Amino acid sequence: MLFTESLVSTVSTEPAIRTNPGHLRLLEAESIHILREVAAEFERPVMLYSIGKDSSVMLRLAQKAFYPGPIPFPLLHIDTGFKFAEMLEFRDNMAKEVGAELHVWRNEPAIAAGTNPIKLDTKRCCALLKTQALLDALKHYGFDAAFGGARRDEEKSRAKERIYSFRDTAGQWDPKNQRPELWNLYNARVHPGESIRVFPLSNWTEMDVWQYIHEEKIPIVDLYYAKERPMYVRGEVLMPIEQEFVRLPGEEPQMVRSRLRSLGCSPCTGAIRSDADTLPKIIAELLSFRSSERANRVIDHDQEGSMEIKKREGYF
Amino acid sequence: MASLITKQDQLQKETGTVFSIEKFLEQERGKDLLRFSTAGSVDDGKSTLIGRLLYDTRSVYDDHVRSIEGKGTAGAGVLDFALLTDGLRAEREQGITIDVAYRYFSTERRKFIIADTPGHEQYTRNMATGASTADAAIVLVDARKGVLIQSRRHAYIASLLGVRHVIVAVNKMDLVDYSEEVFRRIQQDFEAFLRAANADGRPVELYFLPVSALLGVNVAKRSPGETPWYGGPSLLELLESLPSVEDTSGAAFRFPVQRVVRPDQHFRGFAGQIASGSIRVGDAVTVLPSGRKSRVERIVTYDGDLQEAHAPFSVTVTLEDEVDVSRGDLLVRGGEEAQLSRRFAASLVWMDGQALDPTRRYLLKHTSHTVPVRELSVRHRVDVGTLEEFAAGSLNMNEIGVVEVETRRPIALDRYAEIRGTGAFALIDGRTNATVAAGMVREIFKDEPHSQHKGPVTPEQRAQRWGHEGEVVELRGPAEVADALEHALFDLGAVTVRALRRAPAMHAALASSGILVLVHREDPAPARLKIGDAAVVEIATDHIDAAVAEILKQLRENKILQ
Ligand SMILES: Nc1nc2c(ncn2[C@@H]2O[C@H](COP(=O)(O)OP(=O)(O)OP(=O)(O)O)[C@@H](O)[C@H]2O)c(=O)[nH]1
Ligand SMILES: [Mg+2]
Repeated sequence: MLFTESLVSTVSTEPAIRTNPGHLRLLEAESIHILREVAAEFERPVMLYSIGKDSSVMLRLAQKAFYPGPIPFPLLHIDTGFKFAEMLEFRDNMAKEVGAELHVWRNEPAIAAGTNPIKLDTKRCCALLKTQALLDALKHYGFDAAFGGARRDEEKSRAKERIYSFRDTAGQWDPKNQRPELWNLYNARVHPGESIRVFPLSNWTEMDVWQYIHEEKIPIVDLYYAKERPMYVRGEVLMPIEQEFVRLPGEEPQMVRSRLRSLGCSPCTGAIRSDADTLPKIIAELLSFRSSERANRVIDHDQEGSMEIKKREGYF
Repeated sequence: MASLITKQDQLQKETGTVFSIEKFLEQERGKDLLRFSTAGSVDDGKSTLIGRLLYDTRSVYDDHVRSIEGKGTAGAGVLDFALLTDGLRAEREQGITIDVAYRYFSTERRKFIIADTPGHEQYTRNMATGASTADAAIVLVDARKGVLIQSRRHAYIASLLGVRHVIVAVNKMDLVDYSEEVFRRIQQDFEAFLRAANADGRPVELYFLPVSALLGVNVAKRSPGETPWYGGPSLLELLESLPSVEDTSGAAFRFPVQRVVRPDQHFRGFAGQIASGSIRVGDAVTVLPSGRKSRVERIVTYDGDLQEAHAPFSVTVTLEDEVDVSRGDLLVRGGEEAQLSRRFAASLVWMDGQALDPTRRYLLKHTSHTVPVRELSVRHRVDVGTLEEFAAGSLNMNEIGVVEVETRRPIALDRYAEIRGTGAFALIDGRTNATVAAGMVREIFKDEPHSQHKGPVTPEQRAQRWGHEGEVVELRGPAEVADALEHALFDLGAVTVRALRRAPAMHAALASSGILVLVHREDPAPARLKIGDAAVVEIATDHIDAAVAEILKQLRENKILQ
């Protein structure tokens, strides 16, 4: 046995390990293992594809996992109707490029009723356009496992979630009664109607994702790169002009050099002032951030613990 | 009050140079990964320590710091760092940790994945979840309370799980005037216990350090002011210097096949994650359990073929010969074979509210396959306070013991102390689907059939006589196919019953005594076949005979029919 006092001299001089493959390769190996397990053990898995940077990484990992075969499950996009136009175009091209089947699901009755985060509040808008739409789509197609690109470093209730997140017949998460998850042995057994949400990027950080995108040259939506864009400027907040209803009386857009740090629905995703128009610049900028990625989203912090509440209701 | 300098400023300060993104990316590429978990009794300060570590390494965003200001139990004007990791509402309300929180941070030298686990006895299984993937564990001890039963339980579980490095952090030193005597006494207590606990042969590296999580003493920096008598590293220095990912390149090659990749007739590859050792193109390999032999033809990845690959990478292997390989098989290198057996002894941590019941149907999840358990019996239970062994017929939630297991089919195993990936298993309750236990193989028995005429007739003897294993076979599809299948099985002499009611418990009971239970549900074509716990397969039903032949083939492939 080694003891503390003697340790300093003995360990610090040696290299930590013989061969160091790098943390990204280790994360990649873990994620690929998860993707393959799900494809083998579930009857009808699906990959939630949200078009953002995390989804883009997840999709590349799926290509790697089944290479040289095709991705053996379809993609599903929950379209709230408030996604940026560039995102939808990117989505369709991407699905074609990787050769995956793409399902798009919208909560049409709610959209027709004019649901939006200003008319309702963000909480109820999300519940209808995202959570309800997702649950309906999973039920409609009979999917028993759904991959999501969420990471544990995003938010503190996500930090608590298993890689295989068990959901009851109503799609709900019970954070106080999660299945033990040992080693890399994932319990895929569910009764009819129950399902599993799977998070292959659980252990990736925002920094890991950007570095991976850089190293692997993964295409991402242009909105992540800084350029002159029309915005409603409200103090610190830059509001994309995508939807007419967000406009305040008398408000005029201004051109601001800006970009999005995370992609969501346009009425709820603030842009940031930025000069980062390349991946290295984005990574450098990330090092200088003092607030979290979701701080620019309106939805998470309208209430303490709101993400946990949404997940209990069936949200991703 | 929040971090007033950014990570970038800090990097500049540390390196003394102007920040360059190229240099940064280069440095990042060389970083490795260390996973560690916390352990210890309730309120010993685990979450506070992790919060402090994150805060002092500037790994917490300002909005997260703001969200905990003025809240919690740490007293006026002091941040309650535990709130940075206790992310559930119930946790914040009760001031305890309920389930593992995973947090991430990095220093110039490496990236860290932290599992902050609960100390409360009721949530021991969540502690085991966090520790099962850890390279190191920090066991906290409250300096005022000394080594408690729960500290011992956690240290014992960590050592059973084979966590290599155990760091005992004697916390709340501020409340005992940083007394060296208190620290040394706890050190002695714990050393004696861990030496005795480490019965399974894996060496544990043990480190002790005095800390105050709340005040940051010896956490990110050494604090000679408070503990002049302590000459060792701070917690962060220690974490940075531990060897990370276990170097298993010298160990035996183990490759559980997750999936057969077969995009067209020209390519047939076996995808999996290397569990231990390494493999080169041209190496001789054996497929277990079949024992068939071949050589590695290619090691395929999306980024191009490799000449050599090692654990823990995920690759796809092709073989020179057309040998039969399917999910759940294990590829090993010739001469390094794993033991093939149905019977073994294992350490078990029981995790379910419903106690271990030898008459229930459990499934053993091991590498990439799931095998029904035929028999499970408890050898003894271990008292985690004294390490004494007691005879027991069952294990309750959070109890630890040694069991003997017999599986329905032979599986390729290693002792956990030698190879984690092929020595670890989980038990799943076949009825509730709950994950009920974590198991570590200690001893593998020779795979001999039971003696012929002692005791009741065994399922094995029935299987030999009847030519098949007991199993529940579910068929959804047209009734003609089910009828034809039942006749075909009958003609083969199989002991088959056609279940008319939905009574899974009864079906399972029949199957466990060796009977083939055929459950049919009327559904339009194509038919869907589910054999026991195997994945569902679609069966074309254009020709009834062909459909039946295909189902019989599936039954043979799943080793139900001989
Ligand atoms: N004085 C003092 N108090 C501390 C120290 N570390 C933690 N505490 C206090 O001890 C209490 C429990 O701390 P936690 O970090 O929640 O304990 P824990 O070990 O995570 O508890 P569980 O996760 O529920 O097992 C809190 O009120 C902390 O402020 C310390 O070093 N000194
Ligand atoms: Mg805690």
